[in-house]
Amino acid sequence: MREPLIFEKSREDRRGYSLPECDVGRKGVEKLIPGNYLRQGRLGLPQVSEPDVVRHFVRLSQQNIGIDTNFYPLGSCTMKYNPKVNEDIAQLPGFTRIHPYQPEVSVQGTLQLLHQMEILLCELSGMDRVSLQPAAGAHGELTSLMMIKAYYENKKEERDTILIPDSAHGTNAASSNFCGFRIIEIKSNESGVIDLDDLKDKMSQKVAALMLTIPNTLGLFEPGILQIARIVHNKEGFLYLDGANLNALLGIVRPSDLGIDIMHFNLHKTFSTPHGGGGPGSGPVGVKRTLAAYLPVPTVEKNSKGYYLDYNRARSIGKVRSFYGNIGVIIRAYCYLRSLGKEGLKKISYNAVLNANYLMQRLKNYFYLPYDQPCMHEFVLSGKDGEMKEVRTLDIAKRLLDFGFHPPTIYFPLIVKEALMIEPTETECKETLDAFASAMIEIRKEIEENPSAVKEAPHNLSIGRLDEVKASRQLKLRW
Amino acid sequence: MYPKSLKYSQSHEWVKVDKDIATVGITDFATKQLTDLVYVELPSLEGRVSKGSSFGAVESVKAVSDLCSPVSGKIIKVNEKLSMQPEIINQDPYGEGWMIKVKIEDQTELDTLMDSEEYEELVKKEK
Repeated sequence: MREPLIFEKSREDRRGYSLPECDVGRKGVEKLIPGNYLRQGRLGLPQVSEPDVVRHFVRLSQQNIGIDTNFYPLGSCTMKYNPKVNEDIAQLPGFTRIHPYQPEVSVQGTLQLLHQMEILLCELSGMDRVSLQPAAGAHGELTSLMMIKAYYENKKEERDTILIPDSAHGTNAASSNFCGFRIIEIKSNESGVIDLDDLKDKMSQKVAALMLTIPNTLGLFEPGILQIARIVHNKEGFLYLDGANLNALLGIVRPSDLGIDIMHFNLHKTFSTPHGGGGPGSGPVGVKRTLAAYLPVPTVEKNSKGYYLDYNRARSIGKVRSFYGNIGVIIRAYCYLRSLGKEGLKKISYNAVLNANYLMQRLKNYFYLPYDQPCMHEFVLSGKDGEMKEVRTLDIAKRLLDFGFHPPTIYFPLIVKEALMIEPTETECKETLDAFASAMIEIRKEIEENPSAVKEAPHNLSIGRLDEVKASRQLKLRW
Repeated sequence: MYPKSLKYSQSHEWVKVDKDIATVGITDFATKQLTDLVYVELPSLEGRVSKGSSFGAVESVKAVSDLCSPVSGKIIKVNEKLSMQPEIINQDPYGEGWMIKVKIEDQTELDTLMDSEEYEELVKKEK
């Protein structure tokens, strides 16, 4: 059943509150505020009772499909379950009742946690220093690129180009462009990984960095990574790691061993803090020693008196985020890291990779798998036109909702036509994976026997197929 | 099914050549792949395009795609109507949905483009 808008429930003079008579003398608002600042029309807020409001929003919340209610295999976004103990810890009054303007001496606990978090991320990645400040992955990318830019400016070297593979996240190109770099695309070869010859051709003294995602967005590890690093380092460029897919590597592959010089982490993906709906996220940046001087201020340091924030860093690119970053998210991620420990983290990645390969094997006879080889934590199917009777990937995604599954990422990466990118994550049991596989296989059968059931989906939700084209062309956000 | 009078690029643009003027748009196949377009970014007049490089972008609910110029030269006309009504490209890709007109600098560039039969082969492979 469609839940009406709260504005549709509004009735003249219905109130959700009753206040006692005001004991201060009344004065008309037009006597207090000059006329040109006063609203002319009506305010137009909905007039509803308290139970109306509560029921409305509870009903809406029950229509959500989220990680706490449904399987959510959103490729490249690592929508993993958020352990509730993280929430308990983050809500401790020692964390929630502090203020960034408090003197350092009175927030030693939080500073200690930040300091330790940096050490943990350094250990996992092999980086020498980490800044916890960037508020999300793309912000981490931008922060990193600003540091790289500052590094070359300081060396008086002109490098205006960033290399980006054609399978990369769109944010890589967007961040580079925003930071004033020129972008050159590197091709993927027929195995779905970097074409080394193309990289050799395009790597030059003008290139500041190559941005890589490992495993890449097809869920494939770069087998040529050491050669890639050599090619980039021979021309004295930096090798950047987009950490979106770290969930496949935890405690198994250390980015520094691959030749990575600078990288970002996504605490909201790999380290189980909630995300979706626009955040807040956290995208810490890790660097090797060469770039450490350029990290944003402040860094968290320790001396004989305790922990303190160091703003006194001459070559720093400056501030990138108010205060110390999204502390609440960092606390959750810290809790996750500590509760799992080194061995636990490894198991996370083993299970994430196992689950993805299991699903891939179960589905590859029913859907086209363009890069048919063992995957890491995710894999990409294709709803290619020719075989699908005009049913497209979007239709498959909508139909999955009827089966109670959040759809996978669709139409990304761009190098796969009609892409369907599935990342089950480590916490899902075999029964859930099997149920998802059965739904996908059922949909494949429907495509043969009753394609309109798929093309017109969803059928079982409170609302049917939305007109996304009209919504984009004639955007109307107001009641 | 692809107009014989046009030439085609690997990245699904078409070109209509009239002496030294090339009219450029995207093919019916491209519009179907992209699905309904919701936004078009076209270059400004007086700019230059070069063969193989981007002269703008089209956006559907699905994805954003670069537009690659099949020829090099100065842009002499831009189809301004499209920015307000991108759906014209879906409705009439070879007619009202044209995007830019370019003054061709090097006629030999046209030799690398496909004719309609060759393009049809390419589309078959991509399906």
